[in-house]
Amino acid sequence: MKVELGVLASRIRLEEKMLVKRARKREDVNLTIVDPREFRWSESDLRHLDVLLDREISQSRAYHIMELLSSTGITLVNDFQTVQLCGDKAFTSVQLKKHGVPTPDFRVAFDRESALRAIEDIGYPAVLKPVDGSWGRMVSKIDNRESAEATLEHKSQLDSHFHSIYYVQDFVETGNKDIRAFVLDQDVIGAAYRESDHWITNAARGGESRAYPLTDELEDIVQATSEVFGGGALAVDLLESERGLLINEVNCSMEFKESMKVIDRDIAAELLDYTVEQVKVSEEVTQDRCLA
Amino acid sequence: MANCPECGTEIDLPEDTIKNEILDCPTCGLELEVVSLDPAEVDLAPEEEEDWGE
Repeated sequence: MKVELGVLASRIRLEEKMLVKRARKREDVNLTIVDPREFRWSESDLRHLDVLLDREISQSRAYHIMELLSSTGITLVNDFQTVQLCGDKAFTSVQLKKHGVPTPDFRVAFDRESALRAIEDIGYPAVLKPVDGSWGRMVSKIDNRESAEATLEHKSQLDSHFHSIYYVQDFVETGNKDIRAFVLDQDVIGAAYRESDHWITNAARGGESRAYPLTDELEDIVQATSEVFGGGALAVDLLESERGLLINEVNCSMEFKESMKVIDRDIAAELLDYTVEQVKVSEEVTQDRCLA
Repeated sequence: MANCPECGTEIDLPEDTIKNEILDCPTCGLELEVVSLDPAEVDLAPEEEEDWGE
C-alpha cells in the first residue's frame, strides 16, 4: 500500500524540487503538493494524507496549519510542538538551558528600558534578535550603550508586535563562521561550516559552506538538542566557543541546498525516507496504545 | 513557452518544472514564480515577507 505524502509548500525552491523529484521516483509514495495559499481549514481537504512534510516558507502559515492538522491523525514532520519551539528563539533557549544543553547566555525583555538593562547585563558586544526571525533578518550586533539606545529606539518604531519582545544573546566571537548540523531524531547525518565576510553567516545572506567532520562532541550536543525538541527533522546551528560547542538556533524546516554541496549524503533523500518512515512509527504507536 | 511579465522574454520551461517553482528571468533577472504549467505561465514571485525562513 502506498504512503500518501503531502508536502506543504507555497514556494518550490531547489530543496523542495529535490524532495518532489525523489518522491515522484518512489513506487511506495503518492505525492500531493499542498499550497498553503489554497488551503482552507477543513479536515476533509487533506484527509487522504498519511503524512505531511512542512516545507512552507512562511513560518506563521506553517505554524497555524500544523496546529490545525495536529488533531486530524495525519502524521506531521515536524509535529506542532517542535514547530512551536523552533519558531521562538526565547522558547528554544529556555528549553536548552533547562535541559543543560550548552547555549549562549541570553535575556528576554518586554519593554525598551528593561531591554537596555538586559543588554547591559549581558555585556557588550551583545546580539539583539527578533524572537521569531530567520535568515539573519533584523539581527543587530550591539557594541556599546549608544548603539543599544539607537537600535532600541528604531525597533520601537516597527509595527510587528514581535518587535516588542527583546531577545538578547551574548555575542560569541567565532571568526565569522558557524556550524550547521542536520539530525533526524538521533541520527546526525552531516554538518558543515557556514563562513562569511560578515558576522551573520546565514546561507540566505551569502554564507558559504565548508565540510565539517562529525565529531563525538558535535554528535552528542546535537543528539541532546534533538531530545529536548522531541526528535524530528532539525537543522541545528552551533557556535565554536571557549566553552566548547554551543547551540545557537534550531530550525524545523531545514534549508540544506548550500550544505549539500559539501556533505556527502543526500539530505533530500534522507529527509524523505525519514518522513515516510514516520507513518510506520505512528502506526506502531497506535497499535501499542490499542493493545495496552 | 511562458513570457516574463516584466521584460516579455520568452521562457521555455523544462519538462520537470513544478507549479509554484521559482526561477530567474534569463534576461532581466527578476525572480519569477511558475503559476501554471498548462498553459505555461509565470508571474512575479512574491516578495520576501517578515515571517519567511526556516
